[in-house]
Amino acid sequence: MSEIPEELKYTKSHEWVLVNEDGTMTVGITDHAQELLGDLVFVEFPEVGNRYGTDEACGVVESVKAASDILAPVSGEVVEVNEALSDTPEVINQDPYGDGWIYKMRPDDVAEVDSLLDAEAYRALIEAEE
Amino acid sequence: MPFIPHTPEEVREMLAVVGVGDLDSLFDEIPPELRLAQFQGVPDGVSEMEVSRLMAERAARDRVGLNFVGAGAYEHHIPAAVWQIATRGEYYTAYTPYQAETSQGTLQVIYEYQSMMAELTAMDVSNASLYDGASGLAEAVLMAVRSHRKSRTRRILMPAAVHPAYRATTETLVRAQGIDLVSLPYDPRTGTLDRDALARHEGEDITAVVIPQPNFFGLLEEVDELSAWARRQGALSIAVVNPLLLSLLKPPGEWGGEGVDIVCGEGQPLGIPLSSGGPYCGFLCTRQAHVRQMPGRLVGRTVDADGRPGFVLTLQAREQHIRRSKATSNICTNQGLMVTAATIHMALLGAEGLERVAATSYRRTHQLVEMLAAQSGVRPAFDSEFFHECALRLGRPAEAVLERMAAEGVLGGYPLGRDYPGLEDTLLVCATETKSPEDLARYAEVLGRALEGP
Repeated sequence: MSEIPEELKYTKSHEWVLVNEDGTMTVGITDHAQELLGDLVFVEFPEVGNRYGTDEACGVVESVKAASDILAPVSGEVVEVNEALSDTPEVINQDPYGDGWIYKMRPDDVAEVDSLLDAEAYRALIEAEE
Repeated sequence: MPFIPHTPEEVREMLAVVGVGDLDSLFDEIPPELRLAQFQGVPDGVSEMEVSRLMAERAARDRVGLNFVGAGAYEHHIPAAVWQIATRGEYYTAYTPYQAETSQGTLQVIYEYQSMMAELTAMDVSNASLYDGASGLAEAVLMAVRSHRKSRTRRILMPAAVHPAYRATTETLVRAQGIDLVSLPYDPRTGTLDRDALARHEGEDITAVVIPQPNFFGLLEEVDELSAWARRQGALSIAVVNPLLLSLLKPPGEWGGEGVDIVCGEGQPLGIPLSSGGPYCGFLCTRQAHVRQMPGRLVGRTVDADGRPGFVLTLQAREQHIRRSKATSNICTNQGLMVTAATIHMALLGAEGLERVAATSYRRTHQLVEMLAAQSGVRPAFDSEFFHECALRLGRPAEAVLERMAAEGVLGGYPLGRDYPGLEDTLLVCATETKSPEDLARYAEVLGRALEGP
């Protein structure tokens, strides 16, 4: 069973969200997602400064066998991306919840993050998928 | 791998395993009202002998004239060795190289082709080819829109002097994508891009600028200035070029110093016969930064599990069969046979040979134009440098003149009035290296007669 940290929030499209103290949120893809994708070869980041709506495609993670959209969990503005992944996208496979973070966003309404899936709900989701 | 169809016994055996009585039952999901009991309007079959005779009779009705038409498809000499090699079974009927282990030959040829195109255009990477120059431009426009993440307008500046078929095809393919194709007129005196019309777009959010070289009238555009202009505006630049002429002209990768972002065009001049319009092949080259937005196939060189070098299709995750509606394009093929011929042709001629063909074509057209100015008083319609095609102003409707020339066995050129209002008296003539001085003299003579009388 893949790792699902308790303190994070999750989306149906397999992103994880961490709300930061400064009001921004960090987004990445889950352990389950990186397992399904296989070895990652490229990350197409969202544009810093661009705004995206809830569930809007803002970037792409590409492996040898698939190129998968990354969605915005809630609406907001992208403030930072993890440039290091340009050279070493495989870090997402190795450490999806830590160094494999993909981008940071300032949400329009941080309360919207509460209505995302918690760890238990996400676990149930992927169990149902299998 | 030979193709061996199933015997009736094998078919019966398979049907039994699947639990189905006959082949037709496998199609019973199709509603009966959609099934065709019989093809309408298709006559009964005839023997091979009868078909051969019928085709011979039809072919005898074709007339081959002395060809002075360019307009996007060019008659060049193709050494006999090109198609002698390309029609070898290993090349002629090779399948799509999805299975790398059994397709190293095909993959290597495509890799060589890509390497040659990248070198000719002075760009970082080439794909394995597209259908033709026209759809190639459409793909380049779609690619520019995808690649340019900061531009919001999806506005593309498209010179009117880009090949009319390319513009029409692009319009058809991008129409439903919310892309704004803005036509830029040509200067009626020079025949090249109207710089004032271009300047009016300064300061706008432009996604890409298309720059032909030469343009449809055979004229050379100020490509350094135009690509620099695009760069200053923050727009991507798309070059539409004749690959044969790149042996002499400055390659798009060097235009304006830094070069353009995407190069496309028609590969037909490289060893592909005219064939009444096709098949041809489009090429597409770009910078490393945009490689993941490139449509079509891409062959890469790598090493296998044992460290031995080999070739493989790469970046397939962006292709239609995997990425589906979000793919870079719906194309998931290439013009494999045309690419094989073009690669052999380029290898046989080499850089020097390609240069000589381009230079001779340039000379022949210029000689013809001079001859016509002296003998028939017919002059170029535009006041700019031309390469191996020239728009000639006849002073009378070009279509009628061309009909008279065709009656004498000379295909005199392309009537520009078909696509450009105001140019009904202008024809586009092209003399390649295949035209001897005698051919040029005959053209002048036939044109002279066609211009006489009413």
